[in-house]
Amino acid sequence: MNNSHQNGISPDRKEERTLDIVHRGLSRRYRAERRFRFYGIVAIVVSMIFLSLLFISIFGKGYSAFLQTFVKLDVFLDPEILDQQSLATADYQGLIKKSLRGMFPDVTGRKDKRLLYRIVSSGASFQLRDLVLTQPDVIGQTLPVWVPADDDVDMLMKGHVDRQVAEGERRLKDKQLAWIDQLIADGKIQKQFNTTFFSSGDSREPELAGIWGAAAGSFFTLIVTLLLSFPIGVAAAVYLEEFAPKNRWTDLIEVNINNLAAVPSIVFGLLGLAVFLNFFGLPRSAPVVGGLVLTLMTLPVIIIASRSALTAVPPSIREAALGVGASKMQMVAHHVLPLALPGMLTGTIIGMARALGETAPLLMIGMVAFIVDIPTGFTDPATALPVQIYLWADSPERAFVERTSAAIIVLLAFLIAMNAAAVILRKRYERRW
Amino acid sequence: MSPTILITILLALSTLGYYIGRRRALVVGHDSAGNNNLHSRPIYYGSLTALWCGIPALLLFGFWLVFESTFITHLVVSDLPEAMQKLPTAELNLLVNKIKNLVDGNIVAGAVEAEIQAAADQYRNLQATSHAALVVAAISVAILGLVVVRAKITPLLRARNRVEQIIQYMLIGCSTIAIFTTIGIVLSVLFESIRFFNAVPISEFLFGLEWSPQMAIREDQVGSSGAFGAIPVFIGTLLISAIAMCVAVPTGLMSAIYLSEYANKTFRAVAKPLIEILAGIPTVVYGFFAALTVAPFIRDTGDLLGLGVSSESALAAGAVMGIMIIPFVSSLSDDFINAVPQALRDGAYSLGATKSETIKKIILPAALPGIVGGVLLAVSRAIGETMIVVMAAGLAANLTLNPLEAVTTVTVQIVTLLVGDQEFDSPKTLAAFALGLLLFVVTLLLNIIALKVVRKYREQYE
Repeated sequence: MNNSHQNGISPDRKEERTLDIVHRGLSRRYRAERRFRFYGIVAIVVSMIFLSLLFISIFGKGYSAFLQTFVKLDVFLDPEILDQQSLATADYQGLIKKSLRGMFPDVTGRKDKRLLYRIVSSGASFQLRDLVLTQPDVIGQTLPVWVPADDDVDMLMKGHVDRQVAEGERRLKDKQLAWIDQLIADGKIQKQFNTTFFSSGDSREPELAGIWGAAAGSFFTLIVTLLLSFPIGVAAAVYLEEFAPKNRWTDLIEVNINNLAAVPSIVFGLLGLAVFLNFFGLPRSAPVVGGLVLTLMTLPVIIIASRSALTAVPPSIREAALGVGASKMQMVAHHVLPLALPGMLTGTIIGMARALGETAPLLMIGMVAFIVDIPTGFTDPATALPVQIYLWADSPERAFVERTSAAIIVLLAFLIAMNAAAVILRKRYERRW
Repeated sequence: MSPTILITILLALSTLGYYIGRRRALVVGHDSAGNNNLHSRPIYYGSLTALWCGIPALLLFGFWLVFESTFITHLVVSDLPEAMQKLPTAELNLLVNKIKNLVDGNIVAGAVEAEIQAAADQYRNLQATSHAALVVAAISVAILGLVVVRAKITPLLRARNRVEQIIQYMLIGCSTIAIFTTIGIVLSVLFESIRFFNAVPISEFLFGLEWSPQMAIREDQVGSSGAFGAIPVFIGTLLISAIAMCVAVPTGLMSAIYLSEYANKTFRAVAKPLIEILAGIPTVVYGFFAALTVAPFIRDTGDLLGLGVSSESALAAGAVMGIMIIPFVSSLSDDFINAVPQALRDGAYSLGATKSETIKKIILPAALPGIVGGVLLAVSRAIGETMIVVMAAGLAANLTLNPLEAVTTVTVQIVTLLVGDQEFDSPKTLAAFALGLLLFVVTLLLNIIALKVVRKYREQYE
């Protein structure tokens, strides 16, 4: 600019030149602006696409598991076989086989018969036994019973089996397909709501496998986590925020809590394995140990959330309490804590949601065991929902893919419910000072 | 008597103590004229009695439970025949296990020798004695506390201050759990790691190029010498983390920029929570997604392009892990971008800069240290992430930088080495703890650096 003046160029001309420079670059700069803006939209769209892909793929794979194929059998409850003395151990499998043979009288030959029997799940005989044990007066009648079909049949009915594949590479043989087609024509096979999935424990047979065992395990684990981490977390936060002097000791505690919040979860699993299982000799696979490990993991989250809830309470409340003669402890217990509690609860729910989805540390303490029974206490061997998902994801049967996805849907439903509860709680008790 | 019943009794005694203490205070507090001379309100006298009744007994109970088994085992072992006591430690441990199994009524393999049976009986007797002693001791401690405090109650007793003192100690105790957890982590991984490094030299672990932790069951087995060079495992971890960062950092950063600088309020209110849903999804779900949807997709695409992609590729695991980390990067970057003062933006606009120029030349440089800190935190999370890689990365330790091949990571190795039944003497299982120590140290260092950076620059404009 100085130069131009010295050279005696008129102000008019100078202004034009600057404008020229600006104009020359302008369209390029606007293009760059649009491009940059576009990248931003792309980034958001990409994240949204990932999110929707994840949900679509899981819902698409999983929704069908809520239905299960059942076969209608007319079972003659033969009084000769169902002897009153040994009702629990009678040959129910035989009854089912007999009724299957009755439906397809032209099936002969041992190989064909075995193929025929494979249409029905091995759990059918247990279902029949339970029926007879609860209502002994049905003996001697011919009852129509809906029994679960085998998982291969289930997959066929849900359209996951390609009939065009060569017979040798397919789990269902041509003969079985013909029988199933006949069953469909007779209306003796249909899909019904899958109650087994919600009411039973794990099983090697996909059509008998359910999430209730894992859900109970998760429940007990979370109860232990909640009972320990909430009081301890709140107490720690109260001490650090309200009572602690500022010295090296409390600094150390603070730094520690922040670091623990970032330690990988599997390291907590190693801690649980070495300390709780090997040193203290607590039982493997038990919700108690799982709860202890998850407590140590969620404590930092709860402490950090509780501290910010405490800082949000204005000092005037504290001063007022102290002013009317309350001791420091009374001020905290009667005034500050009740006001901060909703915030602390929100933090706790979020911590619990995280604990519910956690898998890695539970693998370390043996909660991956194959457990069929529903756990009834804190020391029973158990597994947890996310671990069950991990176990099923490893299973080779096609039907387990569907069940894994369905279990994920259930888990996500719980998580969304918990997070929604946290949001509602925050909204409801949100306070502006 | 089961522990639950004992605890119930102790709690009941404390409740009783509360009423006794309160009643006593009311009695001694009123003088003949009916004036109240108590230092504190009656509930504090009750609470003090209850605390002194319950806490010592519960502490005794806890310590007893922790040390009972060790103590009894020691007693039983010292009563074993000389020859058995002189067995090597490993065999002695087996014997002790056998005795404990007998005591628990579990099925024991092999014939049971008379000595062992006798030891098991002795163990059971000692256990019964110990339980009975515990019940007597705990209840007497509780009653003692109750009686002593009750006797001490006078109108001058500063009950409130004492109760508050006790509660404060309890609060301090709760906040030190974080420190004990850290100590526990360090000790538990350190001890086992030291045992591991006794068997495998530390230099071999850190610089060895081959990782195959299979140990021989028999001495003469072929190919039985396990190799514990962790370099391939590190490389695999770094490769997957790098891929994850390549996905997460640009996406997360750009969405943070768009949401904080360009988007209007309504769009932001919808998009931000949606992105944050990604953070709340359990990692096992991502693992399933990676293994069943992403990995086959990448493999099929690779086949179309004529590339040989293995079915468990580093790319699939890394990409999905990147998706998981997007919200982490974006919310941290968002914080730092918002922390840049408006005056800097206005200054740039007034000089005629476009929005993108302002962002690129002014805001990002100003927010950069914070963003770098956030990225470091994200890296440490990627390194420590377990389930995605367990489900979608391989098990074979390939020394490769090719993202289309299967690699293994530190966390995958820890899981595969420790899941299932293990003995704790073989280097195979101890190696998992060495890897755990390494993982802990590396992520801790990253976190400390990141937190330092974040803290330092977060206050820059305030």
